[in-house]
Amino acid sequence: MKSQSNGKDFCMFALPGLFCFLAVVIVPFLYGVYLTMTDWNGVSQVKNFVGFRNFAGVMKDGQFWRSLLLTFQYVVFVVVIVNVMAFGIAYLLTRGMKGQNFFRAGFFTPNLIGGIVLGYIWQFVFSRVFVSIGDSTGWGIFEASWLSDPTKAFVALVMVSVWQLSGYMILIYVAGFMGLSEDVMEAASIDGASGWVMMKNIIMPLMMSSVTICLFLTLSRAFMVYDVNLSLTAGAPYGTTEMAAMHVYEKAFTSRQFGVGQAEALVLFIITACISGIQVYLTKKREVEA
Amino acid sequence: MTQKKVGGTKKKVHEMLSMAALVLIFIAYMFPFVMVVINSLKQKRDIIKSPFSWLFTIKGLSFDNFAKAFNQMEFLNAFKNSMIVTVSATALVTVLAAMLAYYIVRHKNWISNLTFALMVASMIIPFQAIMIPLVSIYGGTLNILNHRSTLIFMHTGFSMAMSVFMFHGFINGNIPIALEEAAYIDGCTHSQTFFKIVFPLLKPIISTMVILNALAFWNDFLLPSLVLTDKKLLTLPLSTYSFYGTYSADYGTIMAGLLLCVAPILVLYVVLQKQIINGVVTGAVK
Repeated sequence: MKSQSNGKDFCMFALPGLFCFLAVVIVPFLYGVYLTMTDWNGVSQVKNFVGFRNFAGVMKDGQFWRSLLLTFQYVVFVVVIVNVMAFGIAYLLTRGMKGQNFFRAGFFTPNLIGGIVLGYIWQFVFSRVFVSIGDSTGWGIFEASWLSDPTKAFVALVMVSVWQLSGYMILIYVAGFMGLSEDVMEAASIDGASGWVMMKNIIMPLMMSSVTICLFLTLSRAFMVYDVNLSLTAGAPYGTTEMAAMHVYEKAFTSRQFGVGQAEALVLFIITACISGIQVYLTKKREVEA
Repeated sequence: MTQKKVGGTKKKVHEMLSMAALVLIFIAYMFPFVMVVINSLKQKRDIIKSPFSWLFTIKGLSFDNFAKAFNQMEFLNAFKNSMIVTVSATALVTVLAAMLAYYIVRHKNWISNLTFALMVASMIIPFQAIMIPLVSIYGGTLNILNHRSTLIFMHTGFSMAMSVFMFHGFINGNIPIALEEAAYIDGCTHSQTFFKIVFPLLKPIISTMVILNALAFWNDFLLPSLVLTDKKLLTLPLSTYSFYGTYSADYGTIMAGLLLCVAPILVLYVVLQKQIINGVVTGAVK
């Protein structure tokens, strides 16, 4: 393209998209950093500059740190279980089994449905179906609704998230397994590798790029869990299942402490970014070319 | 990975076992959906008595729940709102992101480098880190919340970075510049070249991005819940949420409502299954 029409080209091709992006992502992000230094309550016209007092408020907000700790536990469980399960199912699916596409499509279904609806579906299952199974079989574990007990409600939340996320990861792992070179596999089995040795020394290293993607996706999604949290437990019983993202929401829009809420959102963002960064660095290092 | 060689009975047993395991896990996965479907047809007392019982053991099955849910969640209206928002935002982000990515690929100057770097970096910012200032800018200073077009604009902005990134990769790798040069020689203007020559060539990546973006817009809850509060404007996830809040004890109606809410997307999934799965895999792996 000729350079003299550069300006016109820019206005026509780049500007509309760039404007949307700046107006919705970059400007609010920068404004958000400014908000953390004010005492704005969401309504009043005046915002007083308070420096870093909001970050001190974050330090003092015990409920925030509790929800962050809970989020950490949740993330660890979800990331590990989702990836182990998805890896295993994808492995089974790609061994030349009949109906592979059918299973793959079925497992993916929860991903098509919004978290709100998924949470409600499971709320019914936990509070009605399981309880009714408990009544008719006498199994103690189903006697009362899981959602009314803090520990069991947490387990329920992990279960639903695993159910929701694993279909997506199955797709990625299946694509990874399909991409494994048959030659390498055959060479390895001629050399006498089989079963666990094959898995550990041949398949795992070659699958590391899929693992990097899946870990990254599950980590970032699990840290930001909100929809399912809201519709399945809504933090109940007594705020014991309130995850960090939900706490940020409550802080800003219910308690009307926008400055502290935004400061907490930034803390959450920085923690997530660091952990995802470390994860990508560590797993990328172990990727190999076939 | 297919192991075609016949490996005797031990292998057969192995295969049977893994098939059985898979089928069991699959049934467990589908269990909640089955529960929703069978209970959506029952009356409340039957659901409380035995949510687990199968259809043929119950008398008084009916579609009443569906009629009730359909009216009470104003399904048609919410469906219409969701459609308008999803279709417009998807179309808008597809065209704008393709144009922006095209500009970035073909103009190597500081502004396109900076834009691209900013977009890639912004992809790690979660929505929660932006939502509070977003509400305070658009709700406070500008006061333009509660319009469908505001939501469409925001959806477009939030999916811009990811879409530009995907288009950028595709244009870089698949669109030869010789084609465009030929078009200029034949007298095309820049915009003619883009819309008549380049854009049609982007079809594979366009279909991927349309699927990814449309799914995300259709199912999004948090952003619409911050933007839209007027009852007439609610999208499907929002109206499900408020409907559930009002009728949470009326299980049959709730189940019918949830089923209505997922039905459109499931129908689409049955028809476009292959494209959707391919789109999602391409989107993730890139």
